[in-house]
Amino acid sequence: MKCGVVVFPGSNCDHDVYHVLKHVLDQEVSFLWHQDDTLKGCELIVLPGGFAYGDYLRAGALAALSPVMGAVKRHVEAGGLVLGVCNGFQVLLEAGLLPGAMRRNENLRFQCLDVHLLAERTDLPFTRGLKPGQVLRLPIAHAEGNYEDSPASLDALEANGQVVFRYCEPDGRVTPESNPNGAARNIAGVCNAKGNVLGLMPHPERASEQILGNTDGLAIFASAVQAGSRMAGARR
Amino acid sequence: MKARVTVYPRREILDPQGKAIRDALNRVGFPGVEDVRAGKSFEISLGASDPEAAGRELRAMCEKLLANTVVEDYSVELLGGDGIQP
Repeated sequence: MKCGVVVFPGSNCDHDVYHVLKHVLDQEVSFLWHQDDTLKGCELIVLPGGFAYGDYLRAGALAALSPVMGAVKRHVEAGGLVLGVCNGFQVLLEAGLLPGAMRRNENLRFQCLDVHLLAERTDLPFTRGLKPGQVLRLPIAHAEGNYEDSPASLDALEANGQVVFRYCEPDGRVTPESNPNGAARNIAGVCNAKGNVLGLMPHPERASEQILGNTDGLAIFASAVQAGSRMAGARR
Repeated sequence: MKARVTVYPRREILDPQGKAIRDALNRVGFPGVEDVRAGKSFEISLGASDPEAAGRELRAMCEKLLANTVVEDYSVELLGGDGIQP
């Protein structure tokens, strides 16, 4: 499957994502520059972590208006798959492709640690390889992961089943103590209503190989690649 | 024409920076400080000469880029000139 990794000035997890897709999952991968206005035929688009445009104004705000994001929006409207990790999630929020917004972490610190995540949706193209109720351990590294929206919007998000991952204890209990950044309702990852766009703060690409001591993140990429291949097969 | 745009966290949303600044002010001898909202200010020079059109344009800038209205409010103020507040 043809995968595209978007590179903004300031992206710094782009090569990690490229490595996982290309060398771990053996897919065809291209980098897509922020000034590109096409996705070069890529079927799975990943917006990687980093500090796009230096996080100027707000994390993701300027990147959301870059030319490549117009192409990403058309891809989403056509049902294409888009995954945003960390800063990529922030870009998707600022672009309006996912609901909500990020604020500074409640404790104002850059949080760099492993967290546990409860997978609440295992029927999405990105999560089909996970078991219902599965707990993942993944690293986070961010200063702005404090997810927020109005109470009514959060209720709608939950009612639509758009909360995909929540911060939890190792045994899956969702507690205030397991929330590393103050995110509303422990939300770590959300999808759009159609389920073809996923954003999450933790970094699955940093936990996708045995040599790194953790492969909990690989299922997310593997699921997306598998789903994308099925979609491509259906088109042919 | 010059304008000042102020963007600040919405009242109903906890502002972690503002809270930390308030606590610091309380510590350094300003115990009367009850609340601080930490925001951003932009000074914008515009070629426009019609204050009403400038106000509309500035509000559109806020909606499109300068503020994230999910978590932030904004205010727009024209500086100097006739002082009309859009």
